[in-house]
Amino acid sequence: MTIAEKELVIREEFENFEDWLEKYNYLIEMGKDLPLIDEKYKIKSNLISGCQSSVWLHAEYRDGKIYFTADSDAVITKGIVNLLIRVLSGRTADEILDAKLDFIDEIGLKEHLSPTRSNGLVSMIKQMKLYALAFKAKYESSERESK
Amino acid sequence: MGFDIQNVRGNFPILRRKVYEKQLVYLDNAATTQKPDMVIDRLNNFYSYENSNVHRGIHHLSQEATACFEEARDYVQKFLNAHSRNEIIFTRGTTESINLVAQSFGRKFINPGDEVLISQMEHHSNIVPWQMICEERGARLLVVPITESAELNMKAFEKMLSDKTRIVAITHVSNTLGTINPVDIIVKLAHRVGARVLIDGAQAIAHLPIDLQNLDCDFYCFSGHKVYGPTGIGVLYGKVELLEEMLPYQCGGEMISEVTFEKTTFNELPYKFEAGTPNIAGALGLHSALLYLDRLGIRQAAAHEDEVFKYALDKLGQIDQIIIYSRAQHKTTSLSFNLKGVHPYDVGSIIDKFAVAVRTGHLCTQPLTRIFQVPGFVRASFAVYNTTEEVDIFINAVIQAKSMLMS
Repeated sequence: MTIAEKELVIREEFENFEDWLEKYNYLIEMGKDLPLIDEKYKIKSNLISGCQSSVWLHAEYRDGKIYFTADSDAVITKGIVNLLIRVLSGRTADEILDAKLDFIDEIGLKEHLSPTRSNGLVSMIKQMKLYALAFKAKYESSERESK
Repeated sequence: MGFDIQNVRGNFPILRRKVYEKQLVYLDNAATTQKPDMVIDRLNNFYSYENSNVHRGIHHLSQEATACFEEARDYVQKFLNAHSRNEIIFTRGTTESINLVAQSFGRKFINPGDEVLISQMEHHSNIVPWQMICEERGARLLVVPITESAELNMKAFEKMLSDKTRIVAITHVSNTLGTINPVDIIVKLAHRVGARVLIDGAQAIAHLPIDLQNLDCDFYCFSGHKVYGPTGIGVLYGKVELLEEMLPYQCGGEMISEVTFEKTTFNELPYKFEAGTPNIAGALGLHSALLYLDRLGIRQAAAHEDEVFKYALDKLGQIDQIIIYSRAQHKTTSLSFNLKGVHPYDVGSIIDKFAVAVRTGHLCTQPLTRIFQVPGFVRASFAVYNTTEEVDIFINAVIQAKSMLMS
């Protein structure tokens, strides 16, 4: 499934909800379901602190793809972290770098991605893209050189 | 005039607006208060018909603007019952006022080995400027602890005072806990050891009558926007004898007397501390805001706020598994709380959907989050236009948040 297809799935999930209450209940459920980051990665260097809530993000590069695990201290933030991971984890660096993530806006959660909200999410997306860039530079440029 | 809440609400146009198609309930007054027509009209009129730079202009408009600007200063002096108009310095707000004192007073009077006293309940604005000047001058920053009941530990305070104490910088009212500190006693005790006292009045100015001649503190600061005035204007009150000895904080136009390339002599008070073109409209807006509050009667306003606040405390206290941090005996209208084990961001995000504006986070008091071992707080803070009906909407939102987050 491409990123666009995955985003479409999530958009369809959210279309069923009649109001913000149902949406938030779903987010909270997803927050609780988030596969927790391995405790050993819940360290200060993986912490993205916002004024409001904080996010831990870990990234790994395996066989040309990048895998993210994450956690947050706030459950609604965690729900959105879950959505972002569903879309961006297990992708190539280029896919991650090209992802626009418009679906967050389309499912009506834009306010949580506002930089002024300071909940760690905007910085988390930035960090995910930085990981993609760094892994790409580290693994993919050396591949090119060895060829 | 009698206190009529519906009349008061009618003075604030923003209260008629809707958020998420619901009536706005604004309970973030400790962050900033809304503005009455009187203030909005004053700003509008100034920019529409009176705009001109103040001081030194000989044309008619400039003289008019200068007169209004200086009338605003006179009114602030009266409002605070300061001794002289020269003790009223216009700044951008409380933060700038404190920075001004930390820098100007600090460079003149704080020396290696001296001590500066603050408290655990200070806003970052009354912590960081002192940390910086202490580091620069080789002085020590001492922190007065708070008690279980969120009050200043006065026994500890008394013990920490010594002849090394140069200045005590304490908030009048805690922005997070709502605690009203016994500033009159603090001033007396500090003066006894020869220390100066700065009171951060940001959270007091809209709720408590201030009488500086009686209080006798050396510096008092507040922001216009927390007392129904515009943002970007604030006040530093300082005793003349201290301000006279302190050097300017910023340099430029307005604050000089004579400039040659060899030496500059400084203007007299209060202009010595007002470099550059001041926030003229802001000062006029602040004048209108204080006039508004005076016409309502600050005591009547406070009595109304207290009623709404007590109602909110009572209702919130009835909810199971709520932790309330505003527990001091004497407090004003900041109500900080958490749902047990629930992140304040989650609670705030849900309350927001009810068009209720509350604040969440560390509230610029990170040391307090460490003391209470929480990631932050949810804070509802009240002003003169809030009602018990609004409290009911807020309480309903909290109950909804609880059922969504704690099930």
